[in-house]
Formats: sequence, structure tokens, C-alpha cells
Amino acid sequence: MQYDVVVIGAGVCGAMITRELSKLDLKVLLLEKCNDVAMGTSKANSAIVHAGFDAEPGTLKAKLNVQGASLMAYYCNKLHVPYKNIGSLVVAYSWDDMKTLDELFERGFANGVPNMDIISQERLRDMEPYISEEAVGALWAPTAGIVSPYELTIAAVENAVLNGARVKRNSGVFAIEQKDGMFILSTASGVVKAKYVINCAGVFADQIAKMIGDDSFRIIPRKGEYYLLDKNEKKMVNHVLFHCPSKMGKGILITPTVHGNVLMGPTAIDLDFDSKLDVDTTIDGLNTVKNDVRTVIPALSTRNCITSFAGLRAHIADGNSDFLIAPSKANDHFINVAGIESPGLTAAPAIARYVMSIFGEVAPQYQRKEHYDTTRPEPIHVNELSNEERKALVEKDKRYGRIICRCEGITEGEIIDAIKAPCGARDVDGVKRRTRAGMGRCQGGFCGSKVVEILARELGEDMNEVTKFGNDSVILYERTK
Amino acid sequence: MLKYDLVVIGGGPAGMAAALKAKECGVKKILILERAETLGGILEQCIHAGFGLHYFGEELTGPEYAHRFIEQVQQTDIDVKVDTMVLEIRTGNVVVATNNIDGMLEISATAIILAMGCRERPRGALDIPGSRASGIMTAGTAQKYVNLDGYMPGKKIVILGSGDIGLIMARRMTLEGAKVEMVCELMPFSGGLQRNITQCLDDLGIPLKLSCTVIQTHGIERLEGVTIANVDENRRPIPGTEQYVECDTLLLSVGLIPENELTRMAGIIIDPVTNGAIVDENRQTSRPGIFACGNVLQVHDLVDYVTAESQIAGEGAAAYIANRPRGRNHYVSVSGKDGVRYVVPQNINENPDGDVKLYFRVADVFRNTKIIVESDGKVLYSKKKPKLAPGEMEYVIIKADDIRALEKKQLTVRLEVPTK
Amino acid sequence: MTRDMICVSCPIGCALHVELDDAGKVVSVSGNTCKRGEKYAIDECTNPVRMLTSTIRVNGGVLPVVPVKTSVPIPKGKMFECMKAINNEVADAPIKLGDVLIANVCDTGADIIATNEV
Repeated sequence: MQYDVVVIGAGVCGAMITRELSKLDLKVLLLEKCNDVAMGTSKANSAIVHAGFDAEPGTLKAKLNVQGASLMAYYCNKLHVPYKNIGSLVVAYSWDDMKTLDELFERGFANGVPNMDIISQERLRDMEPYISEEAVGALWAPTAGIVSPYELTIAAVENAVLNGARVKRNSGVFAIEQKDGMFILSTASGVVKAKYVINCAGVFADQIAKMIGDDSFRIIPRKGEYYLLDKNEKKMVNHVLFHCPSKMGKGILITPTVHGNVLMGPTAIDLDFDSKLDVDTTIDGLNTVKNDVRTVIPALSTRNCITSFAGLRAHIADGNSDFLIAPSKANDHFINVAGIESPGLTAAPAIARYVMSIFGEVAPQYQRKEHYDTTRPEPIHVNELSNEERKALVEKDKRYGRIICRCEGITEGEIIDAIKAPCGARDVDGVKRRTRAGMGRCQGGFCGSKVVEILARELGEDMNEVTKFGNDSVILYERTK
Repeated sequence: MLKYDLVVIGGGPAGMAAALKAKECGVKKILILERAETLGGILEQCIHAGFGLHYFGEELTGPEYAHRFIEQVQQTDIDVKVDTMVLEIRTGNVVVATNNIDGMLEISATAIILAMGCRERPRGALDIPGSRASGIMTAGTAQKYVNLDGYMPGKKIVILGSGDIGLIMARRMTLEGAKVEMVCELMPFSGGLQRNITQCLDDLGIPLKLSCTVIQTHGIERLEGVTIANVDENRRPIPGTEQYVECDTLLLSVGLIPENELTRMAGIIIDPVTNGAIVDENRQTSRPGIFACGNVLQVHDLVDYVTAESQIAGEGAAAYIANRPRGRNHYVSVSGKDGVRYVVPQNINENPDGDVKLYFRVADVFRNTKIIVESDGKVLYSKKKPKLAPGEMEYVIIKADDIRALEKKQLTVRLEVPTK
Repeated sequence: MTRDMICVSCPIGCALHVELDDAGKVVSVSGNTCKRGEKYAIDECTNPVRMLTSTIRVNGGVLPVVPVKTSVPIPKGKMFECMKAINNEVADAPIKLGDVLIANVCDTGADIIATNEV
């Protein structure tokens, strides 16, 4: 098949960029090596919107972060993605720390972060009643917030598909040939040709670039481990809480999630270049998170943990700490979108716009389509409806009356919607990310087998063909009899 | 809005026994709401034998035990709605539920019996580091796959936790052709019944490793192995004792948690030790007209005890509905100490209708130990037991007259361990 | 010859010590605190039996398998042989609780009977 543009990697950046490309009069294909979109960094990160005071003024990170933070509310609203503008606090524990807050404030000001304030101990306590007694003040950034990163990715892909973009999953790229002004990509699901390639391959972006002879950068997978706590810890934290950066590093953050859980992490451990699949949690990593949390909110207990997980950030080795978003020096029809570590999620909407401006320069021939959508149909979330709305819905379709996931109150109707959606769920984790079935406190203990049953039925598979997240992650083996 | 005298939430052994008893006591309109497709609850997948020895005096399998109650329910005019999930209990005892036949249901009830059962503690709560591979599940989930869906969830199995479900599954998986490598137990003793250790492990040569736990899972897509290690007396892994065990499946049998989300939402006071409602001897909770029984109240080891407890709740609810609420607010409070983890009921009416059975669990394995029930230093009951274990629920009976005669409205159950 | 075992007749779990003669006959049982312990030890040493439960494949039912049990306990050593017979059997729905699905399984004198409806 021949395309105008192939985007490699269906993380949040690849998805947002494909969505923008789908508005143009061209053929675009999104390639993803996993069984679903949002399977790398985009599914395992802090899920926050940074205000933008961390990055050095003048960097791409600084610019795209601040832009992204102001775009996020609009994009999430448009795409029906959970987002909450709760603001962030950088907590200081000493007068030295307070000086650091001044520096952060100055940096944020230079970056264009609006409405920041350095607040008193009293006001901090007012905003965060469970904060450590040692806390003396904080930097308040009201434009920060929280978002569901994988739902944003899924929503952007669905929007793109509705505008005619194609998505191929289980299609990792293993070689790229350049011939007659075209890229010929060999993928796990066959050969595709493209005039332009956008490399959004996350921790693998360096390996993809190398396939066209671009070895100008290397990506180190930087592991971060997290705990997710039960919703009954919700009252313990109201804002995104950061440690004041110190010699000891940035430390971990504690934040509510858009779904009412509490998330804490990440650690930051650089792995080897060849450990890009290692998302194991470790005793040391989890202990670091646990101990660090106690210094911020002493009463917060990991006893109410419902799961722990690890994610990898794509960190560019060799000094350069900025995002790398530019046409490759090896071939300017190949655009690298690499090193998208924090604040990559926040910046994603701005990154997509920035990439489109670059693309407009290298490929000025493409015009906007006459008709395109900028949204996707709003998914039905039954437990957000009033009883009257629920009643009306169940009368229309009985399957919204059958609860599958007890903990999160997710119905069969919602699970079928997730499977039938454009670029719908094909595995148990895909259903979980789209509907939250299995994400509650029993972690799929009850509904897991029912989700497997529904997936098998809707996809026309046998139950033992259903996987947790593709490939060999099967759940069941042969029949007992 | 539908109107019932009694709504029973949960159609497992607890809900059915409570509803049947209430019917027998003269309650007219009764409705059972069950979230699964059939009555019977977890017993439907517990196809092993060992049920009913106390209640029926014969050894039945889980489905057979359930069937006896299902048949009885069918012979009465008790209404049943299956595949129905209760969402909320509103003030005024209005139950809100949903299913795919009625859509949304609002049911006004004079009394409500909570019989939602319990769930298994999942991996997340255990904090085992490692990969997100498939092949890690609770023993109960595996039991459903094998016994109801007819699929094997694995071939080479390690089981963490020697609770009864874990032990039962060790045998089930072996009989169905899997190789169960071992059962690891964090504690220095098993929480399961000795009978299950003998017949599910020893019979089949499956090793039980005590004071041992899983410290890491391996494998990117499907589980490939686990690292186990011995633990010290503080249950911390001992460095140097790590051992890699190849397996494709890790089954977890590490405790049960009463499913009290609805109870909490309804503002009912919960006992932090049992994780169930605080109840009186009629199994009435802190909300008038709402009763609780079975594993939602306290995790039982024998279904026979669930049945007995649920009959008490059914009778209590019937009395409440007949407008003979047994006196509240004048309670004798009951508590445990010195090795007694908890006692149910936590309250007794100071003028009870009859003798009261106090159920309790101990915190450790004790031998030749005296159970003492006392009030204000006065001993009401004392009996020496050759063995007490956390896995076996115990009970003592306190005479109604003794309760009525109490000066201080307080009872304590404690152990007196022999000095060495 | 001697054998050590834990009695499962009640929760006390007495540690039993059994003396056997060369023919495998029980000479003495010690460690038990009641009569049931002695009987358990003798049964376990001479003719240990177990209730076997499993499932049998069903044709045309709502569920793919039906739970089954042996009508009476069978010799412990015959469990896997009986499992083979159970695994080879296919039953047609509808099945009622108590239906005999395999008569006299592996000549044990026990029938395999359904323990639920399908």
C-alpha cells in the first residue's frame, strides 16, 4: 500500500499528529508495533499537565509545555477525555527550598506560565490538610492539571480514523529503504510505502531513525515506578504535589487521578540501551516511592495500593535534554519527534501543531480537506449518568443494564462499545483502558473472565485466543476436556 | 417503585438461607437480588466436596449444597431477580438496582439483608514487584475458568497463599493435568484446613513451603517464572534464600475481603478488623432495618456456619418487619483481647430473646489454651481447647440469663495461654 | 515399618504415629486423642479412599462442562485412572443433578454423577 505519510508509533504524540494529518487531503497511516495504541510511555506516566516552570527558558520543552498546558483543556473537552484543572504545588521544606521556589517562579515567568504564586504555610495547609508538618510553603501554579493519557491517545486515534486515517497494529517497523523519493517500510504486517515518515517511536525512535542512516541521537529508557492507590485515599491529596527540586533530584510526585485514585511516583533509573521492554517494577523502586511519599504526606499509606506499575521515558543521551523535533539531516522527508519525556504529555497538543508547521514547510502541497471532524463520538459512561438518563438508555439498549465490572460499575454495553469503536479494543487491557473495567480495587478478579468472554464473542475468537495485551499474553490455554 | 417487605442483596448461600428463614417466620413479600446469572453464589464454582457436614450431616459438593437451597427458594413465592446489580441503598431503605430486563429498579423495602459475600485480595494489594505478564490471577478466578468455563489457565503453576481456595485449586489443577510446583505460604502455618493440606497437597506430592513468599514475577508477555524467598519472623525476605521457579501461572490465595462498598455507601458502621458491619445478635447493623450475614459480615471457613448465621439474620429481619423490633440502643458491647482478633456480634441487646453464640477468630496458633468470657472481672464462661488456629472460626454460647444479669454492659472474650 | 501422619478427623490435627508389620497390617496407633484418630490411621494405612470431583464435557448445554463426583469415595491410587475415564466422556444436555454419567467407573464400584444441572 502507498501512503503520503506514515506515522510510526501510536503513543500520544503519534496519535495527536495523525489526527492533525487526517484533516489534510492526503493518505495517512499510523503504524503501531503493539496490539493496541498507547502501549508505551503513554500508558504508564504521571498523567499530569505541567504548568511549565521546569524547563529552561528558550527551549522547545519550555515553549511547547506552556502552549500545551493552555491547549489541553480545549482538546480534552473536544475529544471527550477526562481532564481536571486542579493546579500544582511545589512543596518547600526549608528556607533554602523557598529560595529554590523563587528561582522556579522566575523561570516559569520567563516561560510565560500565568498566575503563579508563592504561598504561605498556612495557605498550603488550607489547600492540603494532610501535608507534612515540615512543609513551610509552596509554589502554586493554577494552570497545572491532570489528564488520562491513554484516553487522550485513544480519542485522538479514533478522531483520525473517522477522518480517514488508517491504523495498523501489530506492525512494528524493522527496516526502511529509500528509493525514488519514497520510503519503503518493512513491517511485521507487510510492506508499506510513503512519501513522508514521522518518527514518533518513543524509546525506539533512535532505532527507527537509524534505519534511514540517521544516528544523530540515542535514546536511553529511563524507568519510573508508580503506585496507584484505592479511591478511598482520595481525600488525602487535592492538587499535583511536587517535591522541591534539590541536590537529591526532583523526587516523586503525588497526585489525584482524573478517576479519583491517588497516583504516586515516579522513580528515575536509567536502563541500558537494550532494555527498552523492561517495565518490571522492582523492590528498590517501589520502596523509594513509599519512603518518599512519607515525607510529603505522612498519613498516606501504600496499604491501600491497588496496583503498581513502571513506565519508560525516552531520554536523549549525550547531554541534550531538549525535545528533538525536526526533519532528519539524513532525509528531510523524515521528521523525528524524539526525546519526548516529561513534559511530553502536556506538550503533545502543541507538539502536534509544531510538527504540522514543519510538515507544511517540507510538504507544502497538501491542503486541508473540505470536510473533517475535530472530535469523536462521546463514549457512554453509564455511572456518570443520572438514574433517569440511565433508565432511558437501558430502555434503548438492555446491555447498558448489565454490570460486568462491579468495582467501577461498567456495563456490558460500554465494553461492547469499546470493542466496536474505530480502532477498538482487542484485548483485556484495551478494554480496561477504554472503559475502566478491571481497573478497580478487585483488579479484574470478578470481571476478568467475563471480559474475556465478551471479547471472544465480539471478536469471533475462542476464549483461549483472547490476550491481556496481544502476542503471547494469553490468559487461557487449552480446554480442560 | 416496587414495594417489598424484605429485599435480600445476594443470592448465594447467605442470601438464600436468610430469605428462606424470613419466609418461614411469616414475611410475605421477599425479593432476592443476585448479580450473577444464577442463584448459588460462589458455591457454583466450588465443585469439590466438603460442604454440609454440620448442617446436613452429609458431605456435599458446592453446587449440591446450593441446589438444596435453590430448590427450596423455587418452592416458595420468594421473588428472584438474577443478573441484577444493586447500585445504592438510599435513605428510607430504598434499593436502587440495574439489570438488562427492568433497566433501572427502585425498590422500597421495610427491611434489607446484606449478603453480598466477599472477594479475593488481588495482586496489587500484595505489592509483588515484577512484570505485568498474563498468567497471574487469583485462585478463585482460576477456579471459575476451570470449573465453569472449562479452560486451563496454565500448565506449570505456583500458588501463593495456602488458604483453602489455594489448596483446593492445587488439587484441581493437578487432576486436570497441570503441574503444581509448590504452594508458598508467608506465615509459619497454613491458614487452610488440615484436611485440605493432606488431601490436596500431600496426596499429590505438592510441597508446601512455609515462611516463604514470591518476591518477583518474570516474563514480558506470559509469565515465565517467579523468584521465591524465605521470610524472617517479621515476614521480610531473607537475602540469600532467593530461588527462581519456572512457571507460566501464579495463583494467589492470600485472603478474602468482605464486599462492603454498598454498606459503606449506606453509612453503616464497619468493624475495622472484620471489614464487615458492626451487628447485634440479630445481625442488625447500625442502620435500623438493615441486617448483614455471611461472608459480607465476616469471612467464614464453612458454609454451614454461613447458613446458621444467615438464618439468624432472616429471623431478625422478620421480627423487625412484624414490628417487633428487638430492643436497640441498650446494648452490651462485646470485644476480644489477648489473642482474640474479633468477636461477632459486636453488640448484644441487654435483654436478649435467647442464648447468644459469639463467633470469633484467634490471631495465632495456640495449644491447650483457655477461652474465657468475662465482664468486669467476672468469668461467665471458661473452657480449655487443645488447639486454636486463625484458620478455624470458634464460637462460645452465652446464656441469655447471664447477659441479663450483667452489671457492666460489656463482655470480653480472651485467651489464657499456658505459661511454659 | 512406621508411618507418621496428621489426623484430619477434626481441627485439632493430632500427630499420629503408626506401626505396621511386614504385611502392611497396623500393629499400633499412637498420638491420637480419640477413637476417630485410630480409625483414620488404620483406614489411611490399609485402604485410603477419596471423593473425586471434576467436570465432564457437555454437548448442547448453556455451560460447556458439568461438575461431577464419585457417588462414594474411591481408592486414592485410582484417582488418575478415573480422571482419564472422566476426560474421555461427553454428556448430552439436559443433565439433572444426580444423573449417573459413568456407571462403576474403572471398576471401583462408584458411579460418576452430575452435581449440578446443565
